[in-house]
Amino acid sequence: MVHIKRLQEDGTDIIAIIGEIDASSSIELDLAIAKSVGDGYRKILVDCHGLEYISSAGLGVFMSYIEELKDKKVYLVLFGLKERVLNTFSILGLADLLNIRETKSDAKKLADELSV
Amino acid sequence: MSYQYNIGCSLNNLKGVREFIRTSLKGQGVSDLEMGAIVLALDEMCSNLMIHAHHCNPDHKISMNIHIAGHHQFVFEIVDDGSMFDINQYKEQELDSLVHEKRKGGLGIRLVKSIMDKVEYLHEDGKNICRLTKTI
Repeated sequence: MVHIKRLQEDGTDIIAIIGEIDASSSIELDLAIAKSVGDGYRKILVDCHGLEYISSAGLGVFMSYIEELKDKKVYLVLFGLKERVLNTFSILGLADLLNIRETKSDAKKLADELSV
Repeated sequence: MSYQYNIGCSLNNLKGVREFIRTSLKGQGVSDLEMGAIVLALDEMCSNLMIHAHHCNPDHKISMNIHIAGHHQFVFEIVDDGSMFDINQYKEQELDSLVHEKRKGGLGIRLVKSIMDKVEYLHEDGKNICRLTKTI
């Protein structure tokens, strides 16, 4: 079960994930990112403070957007990941292919720098 | 020590599977990170089976057995009677090509193989048994 909220701050879209993402709920993450990109945001921050668990279905959603976001010059940065959640990204080397920062301010800073 | 959990093949039941594993391994000296990895690997195996062998039919049942064989030695068995899919026969695609093809799938088996020490398949009394072992 997952709750996904979107809010906007200074032209940046923030997607907050609360709960667990597995094969039954990854579609909700997919829809949220698709909407954010569809709305034309170039800076997307994903707030993972409330993300308790992610399985390969959720990792796959992030992976599937890497090329599209690169083509569209959209910059997505994840922040606030718990150690065990970050570990899931790291096992496969996916942490190196995504933008991940510890804090929201660092994430915002990176998105600002990348989008210049 | 052994624990068993029977599950209908609905993806909504994965949360219950994860809770069962966490509860069974509690007090066994498993760190938060190791627990997370083991839960993840078994979630991947169950969701694969539910989707590919049972088409998410909640009337189809699979069962999970956890044996704590010794100090920090764990044996997990997933038993079902669907079609067998041996992940050892599956050749994973490189991460780069999955990214390039904008794929969402293809990561689960890679995770299981990275996390577990051994994955074996047995066939007994008309049932498929997938046995995963992990020593921490």
